[in-house]
Amino acid sequence: MKKKFWLFSLLASLLLLTGCGRSLSDQSVLDNVKRTNTISWGVKGDVKLFGLIDVKDGQQKGFDVDMAKAITRHILGPTGKAEFTTTTSQSRVPLLKNGNVDAVIATMSITPERKKVISFSKSYFDAGQSLLVPKNSPIHSVKDLNGKTVIGVVGANSVANVKKVAPKARVIELQDYAQAMNALKSHQGDALTTDNGILFGLAVQNPGFQVRGGTFTVEPYGVAVNKGQTGFTEAVDKAVLEMQHDGEYNRLIKKWFGDVPGFKYKELYRK
Amino acid sequence: MINIFSHFSNQLLVGLGWTVLSSVIALFFSLIIGTIFAIMEIAPNKTLQVVGRAYVEIFRNIPLLVITMFFYLVIPMYVVKINGFTAGTIGLTLYTSAFIAETVRSGIQSVAGGQMEGARSTGMTYWQAMRYIILPQAFKIVIPPLGNQFVNLVKNSSVLAFVAGFDLMYQANSIASTTFDTINSYLVVGVLYLIITLPLSYYMQHLEKKLA
Repeated sequence: MKKKFWLFSLLASLLLLTGCGRSLSDQSVLDNVKRTNTISWGVKGDVKLFGLIDVKDGQQKGFDVDMAKAITRHILGPTGKAEFTTTTSQSRVPLLKNGNVDAVIATMSITPERKKVISFSKSYFDAGQSLLVPKNSPIHSVKDLNGKTVIGVVGANSVANVKKVAPKARVIELQDYAQAMNALKSHQGDALTTDNGILFGLAVQNPGFQVRGGTFTVEPYGVAVNKGQTGFTEAVDKAVLEMQHDGEYNRLIKKWFGDVPGFKYKELYRK
Repeated sequence: MINIFSHFSNQLLVGLGWTVLSSVIALFFSLIIGTIFAIMEIAPNKTLQVVGRAYVEIFRNIPLLVITMFFYLVIPMYVVKINGFTAGTIGLTLYTSAFIAETVRSGIQSVAGGQMEGARSTGMTYWQAMRYIILPQAFKIVIPPLGNQFVNLVKNSSVLAFVAGFDLMYQANSIASTTFDTINSYLVVGVLYLIITLPLSYYMQHLEKKLA
């Protein structure tokens, strides 16, 4: 029995490892996307303003999605196609590393920990972490969080940040922002924390809630690609720079954030 | 794998603890509730039968995640605040109890009819006969399928991860998404689940041999 068990576990782990052994860092993503004339992007599907699936047509819509389309156009020319795969904070890195998507543009902050496993473009959006609370909440800033329950999302670095600034806060991690918002509504936590851009989106959808306390971190969003894909990263950087020069970037900022109450979108303008 | 375990042993052991606690609570209550509804299903009273059947059919045919989410998100919004661990354990108990009810019912029905008749003819009431004659025999028969249900219960406790119940699966998600070492995080947790479920299934086999 014992022998059989070990044999089985060995086989199982072997199977798992062969599935993941395919090295993608040897192939150039830039060459691949140019050959197929398609870039497949990982985007969010539950984040209003950045990447939200429109129930009417099933398409993802938001700032990240428009950025991805524009970057695709800049890299591949007007005929280039952008394909979208919905990811969550938890699944975006594995999907990228498996090669399921070429790049991820999904409200993803550039952090040193992530840089160890994937590469980032330069920042294309400057967010900062903040708090979303019910309008009658006694929480006014991060300092009020000690002893309270804070809701975050699995795989988002906001959870680690809260533990730093409010060590006595109880943090629970849920699967995605839609579920986190529902949990906040069900009083499973006192505040929802993540980047302000996402929170303003949630506040737009849920009128009883507001963003409070300003930002307590700086979260530069970057386009994530597999490690070692310098060619592709440089192409993305160049595309973003071109968009900033010709004003397309500012147009997209105004399109998505211009009508958000309380959001100083003009501070995000870049030249 | 060793690396992940040594780095996050605290977190993993906490997860193991919550998983075991939730499983034990759910096992205890689902066995009681399941047996009650099994008896109701075959009771001579029509109303009891209908209630028993309805309970079993409802909870057996709704996904566990739906039941759990209901207790995590809907009940706190309108009735009373329950945290993720409690919501998950309640969901697990209700869901498993429906399956246990069906298992125990099949056990009761496989006890020869003469047993009940004999017990009744010695002057026992229906309920006495059920308690002292039928149920002890029925449980012996259903030990193997009950063992299945218990193992399923432990594995199903991973539903707690979706409601922040701090169980093994929750810790696995959390570790995988901070280290990005997805393969090893889930492998470690798989092994930890085996540590709970393998002894459990061996114990049930042992019971089967001893009693049958």
